Amino acid sequence: MRYAMAIDTKKCVGCGDCVVACQTENNVPHGYCRDWIVERVDGTYPSLSLEFRSERCNHCDNSPCVRCCPTGASHKAEGGIVLVTHTKCIGCGACIESCPYDARYPHPEGYVDKCTFCIHRVQKGQNPACVDVCPTRCLHFGDLDDPNSDVSLALKDRKWKVLAPEAGTKPQLYFLT
Amino acid sequence: MNEELFVSGRDIPNIDPYLNIWHWQIPIYLFLGGLAAGILFFAGFYTVRGRGRKMQATVKWAPIIAPIVLVLGLGALFWDLKHKLFFWQLYTTVRLDSPMSWGAWTLMIITPVSLIWVASYMKEIFPWWDWKFPIVNRMEAWIIKNRVGLAWVMMIYAIILGVYTGILLSAFNARPLWNTSILGPLFLVSGFSTGLATTILISKDPKERKTLSRIDLVFIIIELFLIVHLFMGFLAGSETAIEAANLFLGGSFTVSFWVFVVILGLIFPAALETLELWGYHVPKWLPPTMILFGGLMFRFIMVEAGQITRYLY
Repeated sequence: MRYAMAIDTKKCVGCGDCVVACQTENNVPHGYCRDWIVERVDGTYPSLSLEFRSERCNHCDNSPCVRCCPTGASHKAEGGIVLVTHTKCIGCGACIESCPYDARYPHPEGYVDKCTFCIHRVQKGQNPACVDVCPTRCLHFGDLDDPNSDVSLALKDRKWKVLAPEAGTKPQLYFLT
Repeated sequence: MNEELFVSGRDIPNIDPYLNIWHWQIPIYLFLGGLAAGILFFAGFYTVRGRGRKMQATVKWAPIIAPIVLVLGLGALFWDLKHKLFFWQLYTTVRLDSPMSWGAWTLMIITPVSLIWVASYMKEIFPWWDWKFPIVNRMEAWIIKNRVGLAWVMMIYAIILGVYTGILLSAFNARPLWNTSILGPLFLVSGFSTGLATTILISKDPKERKTLSRIDLVFIIIELFLIVHLFMGFLAGSETAIEAANLFLGGSFTVSFWVFVVILGLIFPAALETLELWGYHVPKWLPPTMILFGGLMFRFIMVEAGQITRYLY
């Protein structure tokens, strides 16, 4: 099993619903977020291109945060989901420094927090909150090992990219372009 | 709702403008760790070489500082932890992949070793000293007899500690400025140089100071050489590495790095030490103080600048 997410940058309008849904679902403290929108404008006027990306933890296959964690608080759960055990985390910040995507933040309570792919929902057979709430249905979640999963079908006949592949982290967020 | 809360990933009020998570505690700790490594290495080195009698400050007096700065450094590290009450989790596991785990265990060994080293000299330092319990006196006698063995352990762990202060940063692939294996040797050499500077400050024997100054000079030259290599490596690297180097070659850290670290912290003290060796009068506190200042600045700048560099996508 390999959980992954595909984000359709052509459909995303940057409304931020995924961000709010995540903050509500996961009780993220005010002023922090586990997912966010990047608006990227390329080119010079008048030939401009705009890309919206809903970004979050990439749940990398080769995750530097898990490797550098001195206590084993950062770990891989089922389906390659990267999680932090709060009672093992000492808040040293090594994983925050190690993440090329800056996907982690120090929770005001001290431990390091990040996207969990809403594992508590996924275990019940539901989608992550951000996916279910998206008004343009640009987020696709599922098991890459299952050819009929939402994410596998989304990736099947579309071009996609991952962020900073040169970092060697084997990220599992696929941006449909 | 404040739209800026989520519109851009690089504009999260409590985290951005960039993910600066390590503040003054980390460079202070890296500085103190390197300094202790330098002091302990040379204390061990001259003991193994059998020159302890001639190098009193190196072997006997300076090591008193080592456990103190190590504990202060550990204090800084602890201060930096965000989830402080769980710090003991560091010592429930050994994680070979994690430089920080290596560091935690290295400190767990070298701090007591340095304390034992100082304890073995207590009676020489304070002639009235008495351990009170006969068993402690017997242990002391055993340690004094096996001091050379302890010196070897101390030297090896001093090298591991010195290299570790660099590896702690260089293991982070996500920060291109740090992600170069030359940082290990560079921090080791810089740490040894600051350790020597401390010993020179303490020593009252001109002969000893001269010997240490000579070694220090060699270390400064190696350090300058490694800094040149650091930038050559960056400029021959990927775009992220070139961007990292540009912070020091015209970017926001140019003046602080080249003036405070390279000129005031390395070249000036090296020149002054050379003049001193040639017989000119130089205030004896000046070169080592400058080296200590340069070493501290170097760590502050590297930690601060490294956190700005990132992958470009």
